[in-house]
Amino acid sequence: MYKSKGRKLGLFILMKGVRMATLLVAICFISFLLVKNSPIDPIQAYIGADMLKVGPEQREKIAEYWGLDQPVMVQFLSWGSAVLKGDLGTSMIFRRPVSEIIGERFLNSLVLMIAAWLLSGVIGFIMGVVAAMKKGTWIDRMIKWYCFTLASTPTFWMGLLILIVFAVWLGWFPVGMGVPAGVLSENVTMVDRIQHLILPVLTISILGVANVALHTRQKLIDVLASDYVLFARARGEQGFVLFWRHGLRNVALPAITLQFAAFSELFGGAVLAEQVFSYPGLGQATVEAGLRGDVPLLLGLVIFSTIFVFVGNLLADLSYHLLDPRMREVRKL
Amino acid sequence: MIPSLKNANKRSPLNLKQRTLFKILISIVFLAIVILGGVLLDEGRIVTNLNERNSAPSLKHLFGTDWLGRDMFTRTVMGLSLSIGVGLIGAIGSTLIALFLGMAAATMGKMADRLISWIIDLFLSVPHLVTLILIAFTLGGGFKGIVIGLTLTHWPSLARVIRAEVMQVRSAEFVQVSQKMGKSRWWIALHHILPHIAPQLLIGFMLLFPHVILHEAAVTFLGLGLSPHEPAIGIILSESMKYLSSGMWWLAFFPGLCLLIVVRTFDQIGENLRVLMTRTHD
Amino acid sequence: MSILEVENLSVSFKQYTDGFKEINHKVISSLNVTLEAGKILAVVGASGSGKSLLAHAILGILPSNANVSGIIKYEGKELTPIRQTALRGKEIALVPQSVNFLDPLMRVGNQVRTSVKNGDAVSAQRKVFERYRLGKEVEDMYPFQLSGGMARRTLLSTAMVSDAKVIIADEPTPGLDPVVIKEALDNFREFADNGCAVMLITHDIESALQIADKIAVFYAGTTVEIAPVEDFVGNGEAIRHPYTKALWRALPQNEFRPIPGSQPHPSSLPPGCLFEPRCEMATAECRQAPPKMRELRDGMVRCIHAT
Repeated sequence: MYKSKGRKLGLFILMKGVRMATLLVAICFISFLLVKNSPIDPIQAYIGADMLKVGPEQREKIAEYWGLDQPVMVQFLSWGSAVLKGDLGTSMIFRRPVSEIIGERFLNSLVLMIAAWLLSGVIGFIMGVVAAMKKGTWIDRMIKWYCFTLASTPTFWMGLLILIVFAVWLGWFPVGMGVPAGVLSENVTMVDRIQHLILPVLTISILGVANVALHTRQKLIDVLASDYVLFARARGEQGFVLFWRHGLRNVALPAITLQFAAFSELFGGAVLAEQVFSYPGLGQATVEAGLRGDVPLLLGLVIFSTIFVFVGNLLADLSYHLLDPRMREVRKL
Repeated sequence: MIPSLKNANKRSPLNLKQRTLFKILISIVFLAIVILGGVLLDEGRIVTNLNERNSAPSLKHLFGTDWLGRDMFTRTVMGLSLSIGVGLIGAIGSTLIALFLGMAAATMGKMADRLISWIIDLFLSVPHLVTLILIAFTLGGGFKGIVIGLTLTHWPSLARVIRAEVMQVRSAEFVQVSQKMGKSRWWIALHHILPHIAPQLLIGFMLLFPHVILHEAAVTFLGLGLSPHEPAIGIILSESMKYLSSGMWWLAFFPGLCLLIVVRTFDQIGENLRVLMTRTHD
Repeated sequence: MSILEVENLSVSFKQYTDGFKEINHKVISSLNVTLEAGKILAVVGASGSGKSLLAHAILGILPSNANVSGIIKYEGKELTPIRQTALRGKEIALVPQSVNFLDPLMRVGNQVRTSVKNGDAVSAQRKVFERYRLGKEVEDMYPFQLSGGMARRTLLSTAMVSDAKVIIADEPTPGLDPVVIKEALDNFREFADNGCAVMLITHDIESALQIADKIAVFYAGTTVEIAPVEDFVGNGEAIRHPYTKALWRALPQNEFRPIPGSQPHPSSLPPGCLFEPRCEMATAECRQAPPKMRELRDGMVRCIHAT
């Protein structure tokens, strides 16, 4: 029985992996075609202001060196095989391997996103539970109103407001930069890092609660109206004990799944928050790459963010497979 | 015995349907005023006026003025008007794509269905904002880039809804009968399927709208959308960042708040429409 | 000796249509039943006639928009909401109809243990499972893993371990298998023989007749007749109410003749006798006012013509 269970899960992951691989190849191809057709001249983007000093002959040499004179398919294949070997090329802005930059930036973003993910998940869940338990009261209406309003709030504007209040007016935090300007990275202390982290995390979290809260509220209302809660009440359970025994476990699982499935929005939030707070993460790198025509970096980031979203979806599915007994236990009869 | 906990529902002279219609009407009037304002407001108020630079909100300048002495209220209303316009094009485009692909997935056989669901997965597997940046980059930014980007990225969820709806009508008896009577595919699509999904399409369109506007503002804010010469909200907010540290909060506060209100209004219309349509359904 | 008395119980729900018009749905009106220790009372009525709400009203677990009037007495004293909260699950236990009433994410052993009010929960649960021939592995199962019979016995176990004096069973015999129905009914007989008062709410008059001491016939939200089970013989001459007679005649082993018409909807109840529109004996007088419940030949009836 356990063997078949393990095999079932293995098969599931394998199928997901295959699907992911096909999607990833397609995304690589489409993205590659898109950036190749962009009006930005990669050579000019690389050389920048020195363009006037470069003659047509030199230009051709560079083009040849990069393989820019080859047909698009050939270019794609050579780029693709390099990617498979783990070589994402060299970033034009940073003049360093793209994989190195992504690795470094990802660590920064990961801290930011994990903190915001946890905070928004926990607070959103509590808000949803409170709203459902107090359904129809002013507390419920407030929470609902807040969530609907948040869903219409531009993330970057929320970032600006927080910046105005906490950094400019109160002066509690520096106005930007992931690390203090002019300090060598070895000298950056943990405290500095955390200090620069708080405002972006706050921005993403304030907006991130809406989804989980509304979903949890609806789910808990359904659970409270269910037959099994009615029966639990008939057996004398009530109040917090009732919620703890029957509400929590039936509501937490979908909430966790929802949070994992929201990695795409989390990434989007991080892009905007990082831009507002000049936080050196993946999001800021994406914007820079887009603005300054850094093709290798942009392609690398597209691939990476796709994998990131996929991991979130996989975790969402896995959490169901591992936590829900209906999926976990093989029917014994 | 058990006390009655009812009577939360206050009596009002209008019933739910009328109230919902009323709310929708008010919202539409509000949005119309904003759009008209954007068109009719005097361009002269946003020319450089160095005598009234950096002034805080006052009766003369409700939202204050910027570092060039331009009236922020006028800029904001014009920006909103522009945002709604761009949002409208993007939302219509997305809805059309959703309609086409949703119908195709439901009516053109298994292969088409699989292919379309694969395309939907494709679009959902890259973070939304990254897709927008990529498309804007490819098209060199600007109005064209942002509009095409918005159109291409907002359809997947609505396409799924429409696919499910079409599947449902297709199996309905009256469609089956029409099929047996030898009516053509197009006839059935036009006479049976389209009228049935029209409400869903309208609601879906209204609920897309706020997302489109928010994404337009976000991409423009990042510098990959509308050009800096346009009076867009994203541009206003991104410019304001330079002046925030000198305490000019009004540059960011009011334009963003107004954007929030406009987006929320659209969302409300969509939600109210949903209430109205589901009520009349049963 | 009566342990639970329900007098003139009415339950209604307020509903708003078009957000404006307020409609009072009266799902139970002036209902009377009495439960006695050691006896089984079967409340019989067609599906969807609001019988379950009677159980919920006694336990005080109706939804909050329900309006309740009338008196429920437990051991001679009025059952107030406070007493209901204190007594439910302890003195009064519910046996629900299906596995849906078990928490899908909780092992069934644990769910039975929460019903144990005194003593060691684990051993009490194991003892009752053994008694109902539920294997040792069942306590670690989740509801979705139970078969229909196991689910029913698990639900019975929750009532058994609670040591309640009043058992209210809501449609406990939904299946069709006669062997299973027999077993279920025997379990309730056992409860009664141990001194419990049992209320069996069911649409299945045949199985009710096999087991119950008294039958309360439920129609459109109220009891039209309460009769000892012995009255249900022959052509039903001893039965008092026309509806009960019609029910009796509709049984396959009797005339197998269905009753024409259908039950009135709670939103449009007739002004007089609720059965009047379908009654063969109806007269103009029946339309005047709802008839009172009156005693007749060792039973009760709600009909002016009954003799």
